[in-house]
Amino acid sequence: MTLLRPRAPGWHPPALAPDYRSTRLRAPTAPPLTLPSAGVELTGPVFGHGDLGPLDGDLHLNFAQQGESALGPRIRVHGKVVDEDDRPVTGALIEVWQANAGGRYRHMKDGYLAPLDPNFGGCGRVLTDAEGRYAFRTIQPGPYPWPNGGNDWRPAHIHLSLFGRAFAQRLVTQLYFEGDPFIPHCPILCAIPRPEARDRLTARLDLDATEPMDTVAWRFDIVLRGVAQTPFETQPEGQ
Amino acid sequence: MRETPSQTAGPYLHIGMTDAAGPALIGSRMRRDGARGEAVTLVGRVIDGDGAPVTDALIELWQPDAEGRFPPGSDPSLSNLGRAACDDEGCYMFETVRPGAVPGAGAPHGAMMIYARGMNRALHLRCYFEGDPANAGDPLLRAAGARARTLIARRDGAVWRLDIRLQGANETAFLDV
Repeated sequence: MTLLRPRAPGWHPPALAPDYRSTRLRAPTAPPLTLPSAGVELTGPVFGHGDLGPLDGDLHLNFAQQGESALGPRIRVHGKVVDEDDRPVTGALIEVWQANAGGRYRHMKDGYLAPLDPNFGGCGRVLTDAEGRYAFRTIQPGPYPWPNGGNDWRPAHIHLSLFGRAFAQRLVTQLYFEGDPFIPHCPILCAIPRPEARDRLTARLDLDATEPMDTVAWRFDIVLRGVAQTPFETQPEGQ
Repeated sequence: MRETPSQTAGPYLHIGMTDAAGPALIGSRMRRDGARGEAVTLVGRVIDGDGAPVTDALIELWQPDAEGRFPPGSDPSLSNLGRAACDDEGCYMFETVRPGAVPGAGAPHGAMMIYARGMNRALHLRCYFEGDPANAGDPLLRAAGARARTLIARRDGAVWRLDIRLQGANETAFLDV
């Protein structure tokens, strides 16, 4: 008996994607082991609002000096987190991190020419509500060049990390913005073989949800792997 | 609807997944004073296909407490979830306790995931402990055959060590989770 929804082959990007140079020495070559039907991967951590600070979901302000705000187009990213069986995932921890509006990360190892914004840290975290919904405020990140053997530029993107109910549902991915001309040129995004799968990582402009004269909304729904809720069910007596 | 596809956590994962920009929600010191069970310092080095240390990886460890329990109802002095960023030599370290057996889930073990630049999907592995008599009957270790030893931490002086080789000779037996 397995409690995890099997993964469709060719849906996720393969470990080895030669056009994304860093995969060449980091992709395992041996076939992975099949997970037994029960394991600690079927349980997972539980997070609560006590784990979060009041400004954790507001990247405009969570690194800014008093009375100041991050530079860049003001956006709000929102959506719903469900599992593959369309059940809302409540209390899911979503961690986000990104470059600033000029495409520069607040990271020791990022040496890009674009300056840091003294009022932008570039990270945040939120929990999904009782319907699986989430939202955070940030600025639209800029594209930036990266060393991949040629003239490579990342499309504007936001990194997301999600904890669902089970460790086996862990998802780390990136959100891109509808209409970004760098999208078809990105070897990281294009490592995903199917166009309909790549499209799932594109946030849509959501004019109806914008705050007029304030903040543009982008919609990004997320689906976590389907998993049964009671991983260590004991066998009924007599079986 | 199918799962949202994965993308790499990239080279700057520390911004969002460690305490680089604020107080850590999930750290490498999982064990606090009063935690039950055998204290374990788990260390290891992550190595790429050229034998070079992977200095920008992040490891997560998810494990039961010393009595095989998960929250709610597990040891309040233990965080069952830990995160450790690799240092400039590719080394990670967790301060935890030796996990207990979970009924029906094989020999005692922790689940681990690795995130890094150049990993389109995070890699899953497990950490078992050398010398546990239950290892012989564990379904995953049995299925792994000769590769099982890449999933078993060994005593190394005062610490337990599990090195992780991403590619090539003695490549870690990763899991299809």
